[in-house]
Amino acid sequence: MSLLEIDNLSLAIGGTPILNEVSLSVAPGEIVAVTGESGSGKSMTALAVMGLLPSDARASGAIDLDGADILSSTEAEMCRLRGSAVGMVFQEPMTALNPVMTIGDQVAETILVHKAMSPEAARQRAREMLDRVGLPAGRFPMSRYPHELSGGQRQRVVIAMAIALRPKLLIADEPTTALDVTTQAQILDLLKSLVADFEMGLLMITHDLAVVAHLADRIVVMRRGDVVETGETAELLAHMQHPYTKMLFQASTHKVSLPVPPAPEPLLQVRNVVRDYRLPRTRLFAPVEHFRAVNDVSFVLNRGERLGLVGESGCGKSTLTRAVLGLEPVQSGAILLDGLPVHAGGAPDISVRRKMQVVFQDPFGSFNPRHRVDRLVTEPFHLLDEPPRGAARKEAIAEALTAVGLHPDDARKYIHEFSGGQRQRIAIARALIIRPELIVFDEAVSALDVSVRAQILDLLAELCGAYDLTYLFISHDLSVVRTVTDRVLVMRAGQIVEQGDTEAVFQNPQHPYTRSLIAAAPQLPEPALAS
Amino acid sequence: MLRYSLKRLISLVLSLVVASLVIFLVIEVAPGDPASFMLGINAQPDTVAALRSELGLDVPKWQRYLDWAGGMLIGDFGTSYTYRTPVSEMIADRLWVSLPLALFALTISTLVAFPAGIYAASRRGRAGDAAVMGATQLGVAIPNFWFAMMMVLVFAINLRWFSAGGFAGWDKGILAGLHSLTLPAISLALPQAAILARVMRSSLLDILGEDFMRTARAKGLSRGQALWRHGVRNALIPVLTIIGLQFSFLLAGAIIIEQVFYLPGLGRLVFQAISSRDLIVVESVVMLLVFSVITVNFVVDLAYALVDPRLRRRS
Repeated sequence: MSLLEIDNLSLAIGGTPILNEVSLSVAPGEIVAVTGESGSGKSMTALAVMGLLPSDARASGAIDLDGADILSSTEAEMCRLRGSAVGMVFQEPMTALNPVMTIGDQVAETILVHKAMSPEAARQRAREMLDRVGLPAGRFPMSRYPHELSGGQRQRVVIAMAIALRPKLLIADEPTTALDVTTQAQILDLLKSLVADFEMGLLMITHDLAVVAHLADRIVVMRRGDVVETGETAELLAHMQHPYTKMLFQASTHKVSLPVPPAPEPLLQVRNVVRDYRLPRTRLFAPVEHFRAVNDVSFVLNRGERLGLVGESGCGKSTLTRAVLGLEPVQSGAILLDGLPVHAGGAPDISVRRKMQVVFQDPFGSFNPRHRVDRLVTEPFHLLDEPPRGAARKEAIAEALTAVGLHPDDARKYIHEFSGGQRQRIAIARALIIRPELIVFDEAVSALDVSVRAQILDLLAELCGAYDLTYLFISHDLSVVRTVTDRVLVMRAGQIVEQGDTEAVFQNPQHPYTRSLIAAAPQLPEPALAS
Repeated sequence: MLRYSLKRLISLVLSLVVASLVIFLVIEVAPGDPASFMLGINAQPDTVAALRSELGLDVPKWQRYLDWAGGMLIGDFGTSYTYRTPVSEMIADRLWVSLPLALFALTISTLVAFPAGIYAASRRGRAGDAAVMGATQLGVAIPNFWFAMMMVLVFAINLRWFSAGGFAGWDKGILAGLHSLTLPAISLALPQAAILARVMRSSLLDILGEDFMRTARAKGLSRGQALWRHGVRNALIPVLTIIGLQFSFLLAGAIIIEQVFYLPGLGRLVFQAISSRDLIVVESVVMLLVFSVITVNFVVDLAYALVDPRLRRRS
């Protein structure tokens, strides 16, 4: 007997079809993972179960949750079900909690809104739930506010809220996507143990196949609103039927082959760099205290070499990146590009700066939406003393766009006409156009779907061959760093704890932190790789 | 919270010192000698000099600043050049009209704007939203002196519910005083309420799109419960800023409405003092207004901290 039974669910929002006859089921105590790329309709399936679809959505088919017919339930009936029969955990823990309400009140609210207990009993239960999700009373009193907690701790609060009334079904929509690998591993363990303890069904929405492979009892693969394949995890991983499933798994372990780097000749030299930030005074006349974000970091990046930088959030990799780009002064040490300091006299040195370009993470936020592509990709020209004009400029644009696999005619389009992957290509074209000596990729493929990410990684490998690229590749994703870099730096709490040839570090990590990082990163099991 | 308040208090005092210096200097460099202005163009130089020394205009500037600023600390604002009465008395009389009027208007505007803004946000894109937005558009567009005159026509002249102008004074009781301030307060509140309702609406709409509102719904809160329990408090922060600005404006900016209703308020006092070069009155009233603006900002800062726990750091 299933707990949740979705039968031929079709959905259209404002006339656009989103889901097409989706059927799936979750049994008590079972973990079902719905996976697929963005736009596959996996999140909408979850919201349909919650009855939280946008107001212009039209659904047909049937959703049966423990005997309740969701699609024909009234709003009042749905309010009674949400939180008590089905709980939900969302992707972004940083914004999923009300910032002006204590965590205790927010957990207790789930209980109180359903009038399930007296206020005292509700607070008692809220405390138990916070304990259960790993937030003990000593360190995490109920009076804490969300801003006093880290992302992983906030996600635990969200989980406590969702399970406070022991719902039969828990829906988790990308619950660990925004978290570091070690935190992700802890949250996944927590979810797994909750399912076992409470005999809950868990419907897990995720794009991360490695997470799916380790956690789920069954997998549902979706593409563009269709369920393309479904089966027991081990069975499905061993015998994938649908070409899309195969492509998805191959893309998420995509490997590229880089050309051999030339003989070592230093390009970027970072010597004993220290970057301090002032902390706000704790008392009016208290001495100013500092937070050391980057602590005595030294490394060399050779010409033609691809260097990776990995570490969890808050480890100082973004600060180090900004310092390398000359955007911020450092308190001591030196950063030299081609022997010259990147930051001199309170400003980035423009003659050095023109030798570096950067590609950022967010393909949607890093372009001015009012400019056309030709203007966007030629932005770095302002670094040049004599930027190309007229025909030379046109030629440069066409060449850069062609190099990243776009068409020269795309130059006259606006950025909103492109997909995320195409935008990231444009970002790379913008970085390439002045032929920099060094490109910094700051989480440049982290926001992309696996199939698009595989294409961008291929493009990088191609460009390495064609342009002798030297780059610094910053990422939290170890599998990506492993394939696109020659050497890797592991950063933790402002310091580089390990560095070496990428393959050597991954195969035989020396520092305990590197070992824990690699151990926490979920990996696809061998049978999936073999097929 | 205590530390936060103390920090705000120190910045309040520093702002007052800087403001008093600026006001003094700006008014001192303005052309026009009060003594020669009061005596007319045919006055003898020695008469003017005598008056200057009587008014205390012949001592060095820094000493006059210290006398003025020090006097204000103990409530002595000096003597008006024109009326020869203590400035503090003149201000106190007017403040008893202007302050209640501003508070009255602000209360009306808040009472109208909050429900209107919340209602419009909760019915975004529907008829109720369009109606509220249309009304606020009108409220901003209608000149309030014209609206005041229309209200006089309807409620004072035709219906005879209120008097057309003047102030009854507080000695006849609070109700009588409020009664004579009702029409002016409504006229003042109209545009303020319209602006405030729009700010409330857009601030709440931003909040309604936040992730934690979806979390609240997933817990089983109805749309309305989520709006009231999680939306409104978060939406208050920008709204408080606007209320603070509006109060300062209402205290001094009521001059036209005071004119329409023949109210002896601060706005009229400043206007008269400027036209007769009564510098000491101008300085004192402007200083008082600055004081009220800074104090209101201080109160708004404290209100922020009450609303938003992120501002009060745990010690």
